[in-house]
Amino acid sequence: MSRRLRQVRYVVGENPVTLAAFSLFLAIVVLALAGPWIAPFDPLLSDTSRALQPPSRRHWFGTDQIGRDVLSRILVATRLDLAIALSAVAISFGLGSLAGACAGFFGGWTDRIVTRVTDTIMAFPLFVLAMAIVAALGNTLANIVIATAIINLPFYARMARAEANVRREMGFVEAARLAGNGQVGVLARHVFPNCLPPMMVQASLNLGWAILNAASLSFIGLGVRPPTPEWGIMVADGAAFIVSGEWWIALFPGLALMLAVFCFNLLGDGLRDLIDPRRRT
Amino acid sequence: MSTDPPLLAVEGLSLDFRTRDGVVRALDEVSFTVRRGETVGIVGETGSGKSVTAFAIMGILAPAARVRAGRVLFGGLDLLAASEAQRLEYRGRELSMIFQNPRTALNPIRTVGRQIADVVLRHANLPRARIRDRVLETLARVQIPDPERRYQAYPFELSGGMCQRVMIALALACAPSLLIADEPTTGLDVTTQAEILDLLAELAAQSRTATLLITHDLGLVAERCDRLVVMHAGHVVESAPTRDLFAAPRHPYTARLIAATPRPRAKLGDLLPIPGSAPDLRRELPPCRYLARCERARGTCDEEPLPRTRVSSDHLVACRFPR
Amino acid sequence: MTFAKLAGRRLALALPGLVGVVVVTFLLNRALPGDPAAFFAGPAATPQAIAEIRIKLGLDRSLPQQFILYVRDLARGDLGKSLTTGQSVRADLLARLPASLELTLCSLALALAVALPLGILAATRPGSWVDHAARVVTTAGVSLPIFFTGLLLVYVFYYLLGWAPAPLGRLDAFTSPPPPVIGFYLVDSALAGDGVAFRASLHQLVLPAVTLGLFAMAPIARMTRAAMLGVLASDFVRTARAAGLAPRTVLFTYALRNALLPVVTLLGMVFSFLLGANVLVEKVFAWPGVGSYALEALIASDYAPVQGFVLTMASLYVLLNLAIDILYGLIDARVRIEG
Repeated sequence: MSRRLRQVRYVVGENPVTLAAFSLFLAIVVLALAGPWIAPFDPLLSDTSRALQPPSRRHWFGTDQIGRDVLSRILVATRLDLAIALSAVAISFGLGSLAGACAGFFGGWTDRIVTRVTDTIMAFPLFVLAMAIVAALGNTLANIVIATAIINLPFYARMARAEANVRREMGFVEAARLAGNGQVGVLARHVFPNCLPPMMVQASLNLGWAILNAASLSFIGLGVRPPTPEWGIMVADGAAFIVSGEWWIALFPGLALMLAVFCFNLLGDGLRDLIDPRRRT
Repeated sequence: MSTDPPLLAVEGLSLDFRTRDGVVRALDEVSFTVRRGETVGIVGETGSGKSVTAFAIMGILAPAARVRAGRVLFGGLDLLAASEAQRLEYRGRELSMIFQNPRTALNPIRTVGRQIADVVLRHANLPRARIRDRVLETLARVQIPDPERRYQAYPFELSGGMCQRVMIALALACAPSLLIADEPTTGLDVTTQAEILDLLAELAAQSRTATLLITHDLGLVAERCDRLVVMHAGHVVESAPTRDLFAAPRHPYTARLIAATPRPRAKLGDLLPIPGSAPDLRRELPPCRYLARCERARGTCDEEPLPRTRVSSDHLVACRFPR
Repeated sequence: MTFAKLAGRRLALALPGLVGVVVVTFLLNRALPGDPAAFFAGPAATPQAIAEIRIKLGLDRSLPQQFILYVRDLARGDLGKSLTTGQSVRADLLARLPASLELTLCSLALALAVALPLGILAATRPGSWVDHAARVVTTAGVSLPIFFTGLLLVYVFYYLLGWAPAPLGRLDAFTSPPPPVIGFYLVDSALAGDGVAFRASLHQLVLPAVTLGLFAMAPIARMTRAAMLGVLASDFVRTARAAGLAPRTVLFTYALRNALLPVVTLLGMVFSFLLGANVLVEKVFAWPGVGSYALEALIASDYAPVQGFVLTMASLYVLLNLAIDILYGLIDARVRIEG
């Protein structure tokens, strides 16, 4: 265990960017958890007499069109956006890798069905499919998560399938039969765990994309309803005011989005260095 | 043995590679000559610098390479000191090269005929209408059956041996005076190896093309080269006419190399491996790089610079104690 | 293999995709919460109207029968009627599709025009400022939310600098559109010799095209650079150099053509993003394309247009992928000959 720890410390030390990304990640998680308590104002409290004020000492990020403090809303939105992204990625990771591993390992009909489903999903421009799913299932937060999870499924399914296929070729099935173990046991104990590491890298990169996806859906009015604070919907609110020069309403949530996505992308790259030893110099 | 000036004269070539792990002293004081129409073999282990020398002659070294000293005289011109424009005049026309692994050495998405046509178009002053004919002629010369059909073929449709023939066609299309063959038979099966080498010999004889044959397999070149140059760890350790080298090898490495090469009627137990391994070229090295593996080594070998002794008119050894 | 055979084979492979698209849109359609008939009839419909719609759409029949009706309607080009515009969805889509296509094509052209040279230069001059610029473009493009980029560009170039026009659609208030030929204002105005309309539509097109283009630039630049680096180090490029071919021939005919293969494959993914991001950009710039059409309908709970939009985009995507496959086959003979 300590060898692993030393390895982690080595890679993280060698790569200051990864360290920065990881610290940023921790900061985001802290903000997500502590958001409501550290926000200076009530994110839902509107005060029209203070509407559209630029950043000041009282309101660091200014106020929006009905006088709500932008900073507080951004802080509280961290929790929501992170939750949406994490649940979506968790679902697609779980379902996708399981389906893919089974498809690659068992072959035959399982493979055919899983492949057909993933191919059908990928036949759509992904954001359009997400829109269609939310439009069909109903304009709720849960459906945003489901839609994002569905459009991310194919990546995990394909990766897991490829990895499982390799291991099937390597003779795990024959070995299991010889040892008297069931195939499912082999799948669960040997094949599946080995598929996981490269997919963890994918998951981290996916988190960034899932946040963007959720924010994009909210931007066009799907999923999150006002007055819930969420980064995408805040940018949408601010969009109307950009042309008249009130830049702060859209800029700060946009920056928050950017920062979060950037952080997850860097983290994904760092994880790849950690997990794939061939890339370690 | 004519008294004309040599076609190619490599003199004191020393070059380094800058890598992340440090400076690799790939070549040190490499010198040899090739005369017109001659076939010279460069022999040595992997990493001895044979291919690097060839790349240096052709001028296709990687950007990380730094020539520290030396000259490469080709027809009187120092290729190393020449400008890239001048080198481009020679490359592919007077001086050409074929490589190992012919399948990957050809453009996978371009027909074989067009690849040769590219070379002909570039170097020969032929009207476009005649280029295809010239390509077909060249394909026939390298004994590819049905050249008309093979013109349209892609490398992946051809066998390894055929691809190598195509590469030879590419190299000889403009009748160069020197052909460098870098391990041309590696990756081919044994029968094809012999065919390709025979083809090279035949073509060289036909057009009086000098050949520089680079290989790690001493057995292959024994019959086919007029002279041999033995390399070890970036040094030329011995160079001599083939017969003299086999009859009386002067350098301990050459002797061991010959002893390790399979010959007819020799048993596996007769073969002697060469002790140790090639030195790490990133480290500080003694003047003689064979020192660590040598049974004749003595104190002076480590202190004094490496001498190059002329044993006879055509036989050079880089050893303090040549037998 | 001839072009016809290659195209035919690839088309056959694309058919399951089209089938999948039709099936999924059908299922999504029927998955609407509550009574689909009520949704299609609209919020103001009487129970009688709802019942009529139900019969008309065949919602009283079994699911497989509904599917057959659905496919039959599609084959006839009947995509239903929009409640908000009162016209057939097909007519609406046809009217608005050129706007989206013009925008997407211009962005793609822009992206290729910048990303390809950037990637090539970054590969041939490693460590130079071009290489660093390429890396910045790549990293930024991947992290930036596209709607945010659009808004930023509007703020800087319209509000602060005044160089760009107001984001109010394809033309400003004073210019009238050129006589329609194919619906692309740039082409139509050029054909009609209408310089005013041409300049005006170009002016309006710049910011949205740049926004979408930036988005596509990142993956293309990254892949071009990586592919070029790989190809330039390959054996066959070494052979080409050793054969003394002109540096330009080596770079373009030998290196680039091979490096473009993975880039062409990547275009599929790029289109997937572009067609989706289209919706976002159309919202930011009030661009009257199919994306904003679907959004307006969505807000008004008008579902037929949304369905029509999804079908159109998905079919377009399948066809684009088909075109990419064929293009790949034209460049790389290995795919053609091995089937």
